[in-house]
Amino acid sequence: MKISENWLREWVNPDISSDDLVAQITLAGLEVDEVLPVASEFSGVVVGEIVDAEPHPNADKLQVCQVSDGVDVFQVVCGAPNARPGIKIPFAKIGAVLGADFKIKKAKLRQVESFGMLCSASELGLSDDHDGIMELPAVAKAGEDFRAFLGLDDQIIDVDLTPNRSDCLSVAGLAREVGVLNKADVTPVSVTPADIAIDDAFPVRVDAADACPRYLGRVVRGVDVKAQTPLWMVEKLRRSGIRSIDPIVDITNYVMLELGQPMHAFDLANLSGSIVVRMAKKDEKIVLLDGQEVTLRDDTLVIADEKSPLAIAGIMGGEGSGVNEETKDIFLESAFFAPLSLAGKARSYGLHTDSSHRFERGVDATLQERAIERATALVVEIAGGQVGPITHAVNEASLPEAALVTLRRKKLDQYLAMSIDKDLVTDILTRLGLEMVEVTEEAWTTKAPSHRFDIAIEADLIEEVARIYGYDNLPSSMPQAAVNFTPLSETKAQIQVLRSILVSQGYQEAVTYSFIDPVLSKQFLPNIEPVPLANPISADMGVMRPSLVPGLVKAYLYNQNRQQSRVRLFETGRRFIGSVEALADLDQQQQVAGLIAGTRHAEAWYHGSEKVDFYDLKAHVEALFALNDGGKPTYERSSCEFLHPGRSADIFLGGQFVGLMGELHPQLSKALGANQSIYVFDIALNAVLNATLPEYRAVSRFPEVRRDLALLVDRSVPVSELEKVISATAGDALKSVLVFDVYQGQGIDETKKSVALGLTWQHPSHTLSDEEVNNSVEQTVAALSEQLGAVVRG
Amino acid sequence: MENLKQILADALSAVAASESESALDDVRVHYLGKKGALTALLKQLGNVSAEDRPKFGQLVNEAKDQVQEKITERKSSLVNAALEAKLATETIDISLSGKGQEVGGLHPVTRTMERIETFFRGIGFDVASGPEIEDDYHNFEALNIPAHHPARAMQDTFYFNPSTVLRTHTSPVQVRTMETTQPPIRIICPGRVYRCDSDQTHTPMFHQVEGLLIDENISFADLKGILQQFLNVFFEDDLKVRFRPSYFPFTEPSIEVDIMRTNSKGEESWLEVLGCGMVHPKVLEMSGIDSEKYTGFAFGMGVERFAMLRYKVDDLRMFFENDLRFLKQFK
Repeated sequence: MKISENWLREWVNPDISSDDLVAQITLAGLEVDEVLPVASEFSGVVVGEIVDAEPHPNADKLQVCQVSDGVDVFQVVCGAPNARPGIKIPFAKIGAVLGADFKIKKAKLRQVESFGMLCSASELGLSDDHDGIMELPAVAKAGEDFRAFLGLDDQIIDVDLTPNRSDCLSVAGLAREVGVLNKADVTPVSVTPADIAIDDAFPVRVDAADACPRYLGRVVRGVDVKAQTPLWMVEKLRRSGIRSIDPIVDITNYVMLELGQPMHAFDLANLSGSIVVRMAKKDEKIVLLDGQEVTLRDDTLVIADEKSPLAIAGIMGGEGSGVNEETKDIFLESAFFAPLSLAGKARSYGLHTDSSHRFERGVDATLQERAIERATALVVEIAGGQVGPITHAVNEASLPEAALVTLRRKKLDQYLAMSIDKDLVTDILTRLGLEMVEVTEEAWTTKAPSHRFDIAIEADLIEEVARIYGYDNLPSSMPQAAVNFTPLSETKAQIQVLRSILVSQGYQEAVTYSFIDPVLSKQFLPNIEPVPLANPISADMGVMRPSLVPGLVKAYLYNQNRQQSRVRLFETGRRFIGSVEALADLDQQQQVAGLIAGTRHAEAWYHGSEKVDFYDLKAHVEALFALNDGGKPTYERSSCEFLHPGRSADIFLGGQFVGLMGELHPQLSKALGANQSIYVFDIALNAVLNATLPEYRAVSRFPEVRRDLALLVDRSVPVSELEKVISATAGDALKSVLVFDVYQGQGIDETKKSVALGLTWQHPSHTLSDEEVNNSVEQTVAALSEQLGAVVRG
Repeated sequence: MENLKQILADALSAVAASESESALDDVRVHYLGKKGALTALLKQLGNVSAEDRPKFGQLVNEAKDQVQEKITERKSSLVNAALEAKLATETIDISLSGKGQEVGGLHPVTRTMERIETFFRGIGFDVASGPEIEDDYHNFEALNIPAHHPARAMQDTFYFNPSTVLRTHTSPVQVRTMETTQPPIRIICPGRVYRCDSDQTHTPMFHQVEGLLIDENISFADLKGILQQFLNVFFEDDLKVRFRPSYFPFTEPSIEVDIMRTNSKGEESWLEVLGCGMVHPKVLEMSGIDSEKYTGFAFGMGVERFAMLRYKVDDLRMFFENDLRFLKQFK
């Protein structure tokens, strides 16, 4: 909310500087967003009066004006069409400075001398209006300094109020708060009931009493909507960011800003029968003030007459029923709508108005009569008219009632870790307007004023005391609470270690969005229906990622397009598979995923430019699993749609599928615009963070024996099968099997490959004899031959 | 005697002049060998008078020892020189880079998160996590934000359906912890959060670390103490910090924490870095914690904000572009 500081100071004027005032408001929890000047910087501008205006002899669009500053008369050439004798205008005299460096000098325009400039509102930084020069009211005195005349040595304070402090959404409310903070007197505007001149009372019927506990209406006949809104009001509205429309609308806006009560004025001529406050009928239509037609829902409170809805209650008036240029008689509305009945409604229609902002957060439920009397007085003063009596439609039972709230000394001291003097607590609460129902050594029993409907529980009172006492004045300490330390698990590794493994393999960590393009999702995983967002930020962020891979590939492409061809990226985060309709079953598993592409090593002096392949990736995956010895994974050929069918693997741990790895399918890779092979892995984080607590086994003192085997076997036989057979047949003393060469090509059958294996035995309790080892080798070779058709190479 | 002196002098100069191990060996044989010049002198001992014999013998032996010592010395220096010469031929350019993988790096958000975690783990907080697709109850209702509460407008929410959202903060993890654990509770909840907002200063996804401490007798003073310490530790600076009243539906009193920043022109200004407060009694009660017996505080911070301040990043969106030229700056 934007408010002029001068306006605020009309209500409460503590002896502190503007800067201090702003800091004080902020530190009281009413955060000041910014402080703005009310006009641009200028000097030397006075109120001038045009005493004569003649057409310029040499230019069609210019006039030669004689302008009085109350003492002398100056000749000024002016291009504004509205320059005419008799009007008062802002007059920048010779020597005036507009803006930073625009100095007014004597000038000659088409051979006619000009001594000064007549200013538009935009030239003075008052508004965007540059349609002609600014016309001032007749009361302006020629020669008066223009800044002083408009009170421009003022600033706009923009307060960003939190939803609980709607009581401060007015000058009255802010003044009240400033008064409390400074122990300063607040001078409220005086409001006296209008003299009733006519007895017209337009009937009001409230059908939705819970939503509208209080509705006040009043007829004022014979108003002059063409009357000028006084400059002081226009200026105050302007400083709050509200444009002047006509005196009636201006007055309702003014009272809202001044007292915090949103109001509305209807053209009485457009009301039929009576005012009915009711819930809208489903699909009922209304054209709003801003011209848009809205189809209403039946959860929406409307102000209607006997024929149709006139306004969405507390949100916006209708086009057909408002005050217009022809209006003679008006019906003023000042109502209290229950916050809950309006909450969220404006937003549901895509609307947000000053009125809805206040009603949703809450308006003082006792304010309506004061507001309607204030508005009436202003209407009569500015636009004239004959005032009718106020029609009250009140449902006492639905009106909010201030509860008794008790603040216990014990709780206050415990919360704040200090004991604030009893009298000071009482003083703070009293200053805030709370009624002290009972005060003892142990407790304060209070009743909140009607504008502080946010105070409902003890913690609210603690906050009020702390806030006014000053958060910065409260003590600070370190908690003395007993700490229950959680046992340090060694069977669940820390994710930090996992990240450093990948970092040491040259990976950069990436963070990609959890939502991806549904098209991309389908390209990768055509058989998974990704979880769609109802209101995505954009179409290409429409679904939750079912895998981390598409995001990493996108990141790869981003870098490829920026000449970064060697890419190693990893990411940890959740993937989402399932349906929000079965939220408990929705898989939101944490994954670790990686991508490599480009050369094996960064380009350097000691090697060629070999590209990474499947086995580079596999080393990284193996390193992740080896990290914690949480079990040895096994690899099976993968049928994942986005991977190369011959160069990909599903990863299993203890028989459970935990992830996959391999080359991105060349077709997909090409479709996405990748210019080289991309290798990716995507593994359940849990699987690689599994760890086994190491347990010592005695180291054998006896020598190791190694025998090497060179085998010829069908190319289709995976080496892991050879290893399995060897492990099963080479005896308990077999310690390890090592594959030290794999060859296929020239010199051997083209359906075969040669695999060289090193077998190492070691017995825990004796030295193995040649015979023992030879037996093992023989058994193993026989089994390999029988089960896998492997032949020992001569 | 004159002869001995001459032989010794010749031997020593021959040793010094030897340029190889073999030349040195020749010198040794020439003077100290069985037929060597000094050995020959000993053989002539019989010709010396009995009176002078012991003295002469001693002198010859001393000369032999001296030559032998010089030979050993010379030999070791020749070996060293040979080794040095050999090593010199093996010299390589040590300015060339090492062989192997260059090291990657962590994302600045992760770095920042780990710094935050390190502080809080050190004072006994556990790290908790939870789902990112959340139900309305855990994200809003249980935090005292009923439907249509104006505070919901403070957070633009991503919806899947009217009762399922992308969590707008990591607070639902706190709720889930309170539902299953009785105090004392000390947790921090780092993770991704989502708001339907995207411009220069907002990304639809960002990271938060929220914390919760509940126990008997936890006060506002404890909250101030911990957060002041945290900020000093995180920024490695004795920061000017201010605690300012604010409003969050789930805390009462609610506080925003500002730190004093000095720009390049030396101008000071306050910058908001944290939101916090004493946990609202309703929030405790809704999750089954006795609000008469226990009090607690909660706090939350945007990780990107901390990362930007810490590493002087001036464009929030860089964090999610995954541009290697950006990422590689964080090693």
